[in-house]
Amino acid sequence: MKATDTGDPAYFHRVVDCQWACPAHTDVPEYIRLIAQGRFTDAYMVNRESNVFPAILGRTCDRPCEPACRRERVDGTPVAICRLKRVAADHRDDIGERLPAIPRTKNGRRIACVGAGPASLTVANDLLPLGYEVAMFEQHATPGGLMRTNIPSFRLPSRVLDEEVDVILDMGVDIRYDSPVTSMRALLDTGYDAVFIGSGAPRGKELDLPGRHDTDRIHVGIDWLQSIAFGHVDTVGERVLIIGVGNTAMDCCRSSLRLGGTDIRVMARRPRPFFKASSWELDDAEEEGVHIMVNHAPKRFVVEGGRLVGMEFERLEWDENARTSSVIDTVLLPCDDVILAIGQDNAFPWIERDLGMNFDGDVPVVDKTTMQSSLPNVFFGGDSAFGPKNIIWAVEQAHQAAISIHNLCQGLAVDERPPVLMNLMSKAMGLGQWSYHNDYNPAHRQKMTHVELTNRFRALDIEVELGFTAEQTAREVQRCLNCDIETVFSAPLCIECDACIDVCPVQCLTITADGTETDVRARLSAPAVNPAQSLFASSALPQTGRLMIKDEDLCVHCGLCAERCPTAAWDMQKFTLLLPTAGLAVPMGAH
Amino acid sequence: MPSIEKPPIQHPGLRRNSLGLTIHDYEGSMSTLCAGCGHDSVTAAIVHALWEMETPPHRIAKLSGIGCSAKTTAYFARGAHGFNTAHGRMATIATGAAAANRDLLYIGISGDGDSLSIGLGHLAHLIRRNVRMVYIIENNGVYGLTKGQFSPSADVGSTTKRGDPNQVPPIDPMSLGLSLGATFLARGFSGDKRQLVPIIKAAAAHRGLALIDVISPCVTFNDHEGSTKSYLFTRHHDTTATESDFVPPAPEIVASIPVEGVVSVTMHDGSVLRVRSVPDDYDPTDREGVAEHLRRAHAAGDVVTGLLYIDESSADLHEMHDTTDQPLRDIPFSQLCPGSAVLAGFGVR
Repeated sequence: MKATDTGDPAYFHRVVDCQWACPAHTDVPEYIRLIAQGRFTDAYMVNRESNVFPAILGRTCDRPCEPACRRERVDGTPVAICRLKRVAADHRDDIGERLPAIPRTKNGRRIACVGAGPASLTVANDLLPLGYEVAMFEQHATPGGLMRTNIPSFRLPSRVLDEEVDVILDMGVDIRYDSPVTSMRALLDTGYDAVFIGSGAPRGKELDLPGRHDTDRIHVGIDWLQSIAFGHVDTVGERVLIIGVGNTAMDCCRSSLRLGGTDIRVMARRPRPFFKASSWELDDAEEEGVHIMVNHAPKRFVVEGGRLVGMEFERLEWDENARTSSVIDTVLLPCDDVILAIGQDNAFPWIERDLGMNFDGDVPVVDKTTMQSSLPNVFFGGDSAFGPKNIIWAVEQAHQAAISIHNLCQGLAVDERPPVLMNLMSKAMGLGQWSYHNDYNPAHRQKMTHVELTNRFRALDIEVELGFTAEQTAREVQRCLNCDIETVFSAPLCIECDACIDVCPVQCLTITADGTETDVRARLSAPAVNPAQSLFASSALPQTGRLMIKDEDLCVHCGLCAERCPTAAWDMQKFTLLLPTAGLAVPMGAH
Repeated sequence: MPSIEKPPIQHPGLRRNSLGLTIHDYEGSMSTLCAGCGHDSVTAAIVHALWEMETPPHRIAKLSGIGCSAKTTAYFARGAHGFNTAHGRMATIATGAAAANRDLLYIGISGDGDSLSIGLGHLAHLIRRNVRMVYIIENNGVYGLTKGQFSPSADVGSTTKRGDPNQVPPIDPMSLGLSLGATFLARGFSGDKRQLVPIIKAAAAHRGLALIDVISPCVTFNDHEGSTKSYLFTRHHDTTATESDFVPPAPEIVASIPVEGVVSVTMHDGSVLRVRSVPDDYDPTDREGVAEHLRRAHAAGDVVTGLLYIDESSADLHEMHDTTDQPLRDIPFSQLCPGSAVLAGFGVR
């Protein structure tokens, strides 16, 4: 095997599964340790650095970090990372003094942002401290984008949203409410140095079946949620059918319960393992009494005398992998309202097609790294770039767009990205003493407490999740395995005494002869069965020329290998990923 | 001393033996020996062997004397019986225990000081009596617990950490065993578990005393350039006499060493020990030949490892003395002790 290059930040980064999985690469273990120490504001700021909206994301994030969490492989359930993020946000003090100073003297560059959602706000957050002037054009009278219009207030209270949005607006955004951009040409003509488009994916998919346009009781999910958010809709019929089973569908069904619906059914074409909604959102909806009906394909809307009376479905039978289906029979389900939640499309009717911007069908061509369109000074981010994802992706794409905009305005090539760097610092304090809590805690994942069902539906904006108590927080933080405290190996020091191998509680270390990776994986202390996890290979060891191999899969970062090492060939070192941000100079000779 | 206990992680991939036990169930408390001590690797090899042999922990008795080696018994099989005896007296206590209860697996752990100095007399008689047990000498050439003086196994010319050479000839437990009629002799190296684990398993199956001399470097006092019991010296002078593969009694036999040139020895319990000689002419059943091989190797400064000698046909303690088949504790008291009336009939009037 080739010796692992631990000088490349990607190696140790990948070991921190949560941070690697997070699009914005939030330093999760670091902020969890800070919470454990009661340093909530510090924990909040570690979050804010990468994900900008810790309080919002602590309630609404799609949590790609949690399925990746090592703890799931060790005891079956991941650390409640998202809930802990909310803990940091709930208990933070004023962060005003910790925000970057905004220069009084501007750098003379003007940036226009289309939309005031998470992507545009992140661009403003990154560029205002560098002296840019940022104008933001918002079609509604309030900022926040889909965070306000599509996420119901029982999941994200407007107070929480306002706080974090206002922090950015108060940095000096020139916000223009009620100002939908109707012509890209006109916007470009006003002479901005760069334009960032963070206008979201505003068009809900249609379901053109017979009867669709014969009644006004069929609603497009995201438009309907927006109408609720702005107070234009405050009732719904008793019997509601939701078509689709993604996260928007979950928000629609739970909103229905709060507007007077009593018999709410979510209609899914496919069996449960193939649902798009996150498992916890499904759980939360079912806890509230929503029925989820699988294998029902919509056939037609039944409208009698101009009144919606029901909807006809074909009941399907699927093969094992839900690829092909056959129709069993047709059923009629009576209903008062139908809500379509089957996806969203991007729509750019306001971008003239003769501006020289390349489109692929209806969507502009955007570079995945630089977020640049084919017009050099126009950038995209968030759902408007590559279709609906979620907030954390919008934030990361906006960070990248901000870097690009800064490069463009400084006369640098847009694809000259600032380097990803790392710091490694030993956590050794003395013999068997570490400056982190290395003991393994067998605690189980803490369950979020919800408002009683009897009280939950009295108003639309009663937040369902109560947040972790102090006791729950204290237990949950100790479940984190400190994956960022890395096992760093120095081959020249090793005397091959086997002490580390003997003491490792998960048998992840082996000293063995060189071979191909497949070969080596098969003859380890415990066979490395998870090919998604890296194998560390040292250079040849001094005494026998064999290699030290570490299977990263189950390492719990307890540090016992380093404690039992007589020569300090193993050390536990804190890995800090130094994320590139707009304004970070590209050092000479950086790789 | 480690800052924490070994985390009790039961991850999904952890394998269990037929008793439902994981390898962690054969561990003991955390070692307080120096980091990097060879003894901890011997412990790990024992743990591995016991788990693979699927021995119920309560069927094991661990015995030791005094010294760094004596701590080892605390670090494996936490559910087993244990006796931490006086200096050099492990062999005697083991003899008594084995005589009283022949059903347990006896594992004695000693050191070169404990066995070859103060305990040498007891060891000699343990060998002569062929007491059925596994007797491991963790051999590092120094008294580690008293800061590194030479032990009786230190080679002539080997130096202390500060450079003084040893002038007293060493006692080699293997040659000693050959001369006293030992029936199972093996030498291992703490840094080579692939060799040591099958040897321990074969030793446990042997009907009689199985003496294993394990070169187990003292990382604190005897792992320097002048040492002949360091990790580096042992690796450079290790000459393998045999490779062995222990096959428990089971329908399917899967060999882990090449079949060609293999001598198979059927053990007392039906298991099979397969031994392949590395030098073609080496015969682990020829007492004189083995003695000669060890003498030549010692003169050349080589450390001969592997299963060195085996004799599965000699009688053990119980057979020699025609003892009862049952452990004494299973025999009713009335039978064990016939009472004053009967005893009064014996002796001088």
